[in-house]
Amino acid sequence: MDALIQLLDATIRVSVPLLLACLAGLYSERAGVFDIGLEGKMLAGAFAGAAAAAVTGSAWLGLVAAILIAVLLAMVHGFASITHRGNQIVSGVAINFIAAGSTIILGQAWFRQGGRTPALSGPARFSAIELPGAEALRGVPVLGTIYSDLISGHSLLVYVAFLMVPFTWWVLFRTRFGLRLRAVGENPAAVDTAGISVAWLRYRALICTGILTGVAGAYLSVAQNAGFVKDMTAGKGFIALAALIFAKWRPVPAMFACLLFGFLEAASIRFQGMPWPVIGKVPVQLMQALPYVLTVILLAGFIGKAIPPRAGGVPYVKER
Amino acid sequence: MAEPAIELIGINKSFGAVRANRDIELTVQRGTIHGIVGENGAGKSTLMSILYGFYQADSGEIRVNGKPAAISTPNDAIAAGIGMVHQHFMLVQNFTVLENVILGAEAEALLKSSIAKARSELERLEREYGLEVDPDAVVEELPVGLQQRVEILKALYRGADILILDEPTGVLTPAEADHLFRILKQLKDQGKTVVLITHKLREIMAITDNVSVMRQGTMVATRETAKTTVEELAELMVGRRVLLRVEKGEAKPGAVKLSVRNLSVKDSRGVLMVDDVSFDVRAGEIVGIAGVAGNGQSELIEAISGIRPAISGGVELDGKAINVAGFADPGELRDRGLAHVPEDRHHVGLVLPFQENENSILGYHDHPDYLRGPFLDIEAICNDADEKIAKYDIRPANCHLKTANFSGGNQQKIVLAREMEQDPGVLIVGQPTRGVDVGAIEFIHKRLIAMRDQGKAVLLVSVELDEIRSLSDRILVMFAGRVVGERGPEATEGELGLLMAGVERQEAAE
Amino acid sequence: MSTPYAKLPAWADYGLIPLINLFVAFVVAGLVVLLVGENPLRAAVILVEGAFGSGQNIAYTLFYATNFIFTGLAVAVAFHAGLFNIGGEGQAYIAGLGVALVCLSLDAIFPWWLTFPVAILGAAAVGALWAFLPAYLQAKRGSHIVITTIMFNFIAASVMVYMLVDVLKPAGSMAPETRTLLPGAQLPKLNWLLEAFGLSVRSAPLNISFLLALVMAVLVWALIWRTRLGYEMRTYGFSPKAARYAGISESRIIVITMMISGALAGMMALNPIMGDQHRVALDFVSGAGFVGIAVALMGRSHPAGIVPAAILFGVLYQGGAELAFEMPAISRDMIVIIQGLVILFAGALENMFRPAVQTLFASFSPRSVGLPAPRREGA
Repeated sequence: MDALIQLLDATIRVSVPLLLACLAGLYSERAGVFDIGLEGKMLAGAFAGAAAAAVTGSAWLGLVAAILIAVLLAMVHGFASITHRGNQIVSGVAINFIAAGSTIILGQAWFRQGGRTPALSGPARFSAIELPGAEALRGVPVLGTIYSDLISGHSLLVYVAFLMVPFTWWVLFRTRFGLRLRAVGENPAAVDTAGISVAWLRYRALICTGILTGVAGAYLSVAQNAGFVKDMTAGKGFIALAALIFAKWRPVPAMFACLLFGFLEAASIRFQGMPWPVIGKVPVQLMQALPYVLTVILLAGFIGKAIPPRAGGVPYVKER
Repeated sequence: MAEPAIELIGINKSFGAVRANRDIELTVQRGTIHGIVGENGAGKSTLMSILYGFYQADSGEIRVNGKPAAISTPNDAIAAGIGMVHQHFMLVQNFTVLENVILGAEAEALLKSSIAKARSELERLEREYGLEVDPDAVVEELPVGLQQRVEILKALYRGADILILDEPTGVLTPAEADHLFRILKQLKDQGKTVVLITHKLREIMAITDNVSVMRQGTMVATRETAKTTVEELAELMVGRRVLLRVEKGEAKPGAVKLSVRNLSVKDSRGVLMVDDVSFDVRAGEIVGIAGVAGNGQSELIEAISGIRPAISGGVELDGKAINVAGFADPGELRDRGLAHVPEDRHHVGLVLPFQENENSILGYHDHPDYLRGPFLDIEAICNDADEKIAKYDIRPANCHLKTANFSGGNQQKIVLAREMEQDPGVLIVGQPTRGVDVGAIEFIHKRLIAMRDQGKAVLLVSVELDEIRSLSDRILVMFAGRVVGERGPEATEGELGLLMAGVERQEAAE
Repeated sequence: MSTPYAKLPAWADYGLIPLINLFVAFVVAGLVVLLVGENPLRAAVILVEGAFGSGQNIAYTLFYATNFIFTGLAVAVAFHAGLFNIGGEGQAYIAGLGVALVCLSLDAIFPWWLTFPVAILGAAAVGALWAFLPAYLQAKRGSHIVITTIMFNFIAASVMVYMLVDVLKPAGSMAPETRTLLPGAQLPKLNWLLEAFGLSVRSAPLNISFLLALVMAVLVWALIWRTRLGYEMRTYGFSPKAARYAGISESRIIVITMMISGALAGMMALNPIMGDQHRVALDFVSGAGFVGIAVALMGRSHPAGIVPAAILFGVLYQGGAELAFEMPAISRDMIVIIQGLVILFAGALENMFRPAVQTLFASFSPRSVGLPAPRREGA
């Protein structure tokens, strides 16, 4: 039981950056802008967050810095792919490299710790929150344990991430902004002739993407870990992208997809080097590669037909 | 007399070197239906896009209800009471009717109240104009006629007094078109102003009060419909007397070259588009397939030419079967003498960024004449392309020019030259003159007749009834995926129109 | 992947505009240098001297360029068929296995000139195989090739770690790498080539794989523009519908193109393994696969552009090493930034300066851009 709770607890923790990045991608892709640069924005956010938190001693200022820098990169993506109608995949790839290089260069130049930021502690980090009644309920079998050990005791950003799921659903399907966002990803010409600016709408979607990737980055460096380490996103942005496809661009399935991938990662860490029944010891690299292998298998058509937003990846050109 | 609803004064608009609109003057009286006719490319859609704020005029003035109106975005147009029904519907396919109607006209940040308001408003419009449509239906599941109705509802919901319809009947059956016209008359009776853009003169005569004619970017005349004739309008449109009939001799049909038996084809969405179709095409005859666009003609020729798999039935070429169930290899069919001029030359028949000579071998690029081992024989290809350019009078006469830089008519000639010069036994032609200038149309028609006279079997698909009637030796009419009748070239337009609408199916089935 | 605009003279289209894009990328990179408190102009001088200052440096520059020619060609070939192969990194990495297999079994028996051709085949075959799977999945199952090739990069990394740590490492050794290759698998240096120009080279890893890369550039040019297969690839790249109409099999083109692309990426492994390190070590690709994207975009997918673009990145790599020595604040990761900026400005923003350039040309000679655009239909 304890082992299971621990595994699930780890699952939640590693799922959070995936979930935030996945929802981030959902906003831009639903608006018809493919974003392969989630990874880069998350990485830049993680660096900015840790750097600002280290300098100011405030986790909150770190979060703000993370969001600002991620939004800035999202705007670069918008400038290239919306304003100048560039190839969205190429633009995303560029942002990933710019983020990967500059976080190391700037980190080394500013902190001289081999690309790391100084270790964060105290108010410079988001610490675990004890939910009300967690201590009292600990004794209650099963439900009490789940509440106090699994649900309680995470940092604020974890709860933010999971609350973003219903919130995103509500935004998409219950608000004017959501209606227009979904429309512009399906048929931008319809939005244009309805008198709404396609470009501004897509820019706003990218701002949402930037904010969420910034939070994801800050979670990595200011909440889950105590500082920035070079290349700390380690492909999470791409896994999030896979989860988004897996979830067919819908918020609630996106959460389950991220939890699944998170579980795989948590399990691979937990069972590292442990002998398995029948097959014996499994190389650790196999476990590490498993999420990627599974993604490939899932994408190869065992998830039904994932139909992306119709106008996805295509820059909007007014002249037909 | 009341103020006119719309006045356009001295409108000019250029796209690069192309002057789409030149010094346009137009007055539309309130409470009338005003037709604007012109050939494809005459500048009608551009003009209306300017009026709707989708494009900006380079110069000129727009007045709405007597007052100068600065219309620089669709929002300005909507505010001025102008609504537009586009040729390609501006609908979000996976949205419901309600969602489409409120898009861009939502009252507040949350949708709930807008949806409630739209629902009651739609009920009112339904009562007043007979515009029935299920507000909760998903648009992509509605037939085209209803989708168009949603477009009209969108405009009315935004309070449009002036409604512009751009080629509204292109995708409709005659029955649906009649229904649309009844709705438009009703709108007129309620005091709305309707501008109808079309290139079909029959519609103009049937419904409009006034008609303006455009030609090559200029407004050449405005007439009261009751005081003009189809002949006069046609002459104004084209600028000279049109020979509706192409000169041709008697057909001398020979052996059966292409035989289609019980063919059924589904489209990419899985909808049955061709339903149990059988016919023959003989050497030395042109068989025309008439029908409203979307009744299965496209899928039929795609299946015969191996681009789309058929679900059942068979096709024989020179008495030998074609594997239509799997993908027949279009390359192999070419080797067997089946050439195909596809309907969509921009995306299918040509690769626009290619040089002209590269397009002149598309599909025949594996022909030994063009190859030296695995390599392309560039010299042979260019010589060959130059010959075709001379023979088909393709301009500019430069086989190294990017194909995108040729005009529509010359692009079509590139395709025709490629397919015809391979000396095929069977030629399948889809929409040979769509988007082609008048001079090229005549040239293309003559070449098709010449092919027939050389003893080729020609299968022609066109949505232009005049083209079908003037070229074909036999006319098959398709409706809802079936061949509903066969007529000779002497069949009247009215007779064919009824068949195309699917009426009198029993009698027509013979 | 370019948008049709009015016509510019070819030299402006293929020379001026890429140069402007490149210039802007470097200006922005200069700003980053400023940000870390160094002088960008001095950095540029050190960089250029580091790359060209001596025969030795030039040899290093060309050694790095060799890697980028291979990977740049790999990306470009896929571009021509409308495919984005982001997996060059993984294909090159895993191809190290093919090279290792050949070299470890033959180096004691054969001289290098017999081992090399077999190793070329080995590298190409394994690289092609690694590209085959994503290609097959896209062709037959519709999974997006960009995503699968990214996943395959990660999988390749795991496989290589496993192979080097658990399989190929000689017993008793601590480092996760193969044994050192014998002279039978060591490629001859090309120092004589530079010495022929009067330059002196002490010891640089430039080797005959550079010549192989140049041969491949010519072969790729011939493939794309002179063969039937290349014609079919370009047709499919511009218009899949036209390809279907022309009887070109979609899955065949996807699979063959990606395998050629993977083979080219795989050949990159020859250069560091047989030409320099003489062993297969962890992470020997070190980003060259990704640099290929920037190189292909900058070279506009044409070998005549790719070779100079690869040399430019060779300059950045070699000069960057010197730079890191002189300016400790600037490590080699600066290259990654420049690479990103080049991809951004030469790729995603390739048309940003085009309207301005066109206006400029039009104001000098209106007729040079006066070709009428094709008539728009339904207007």
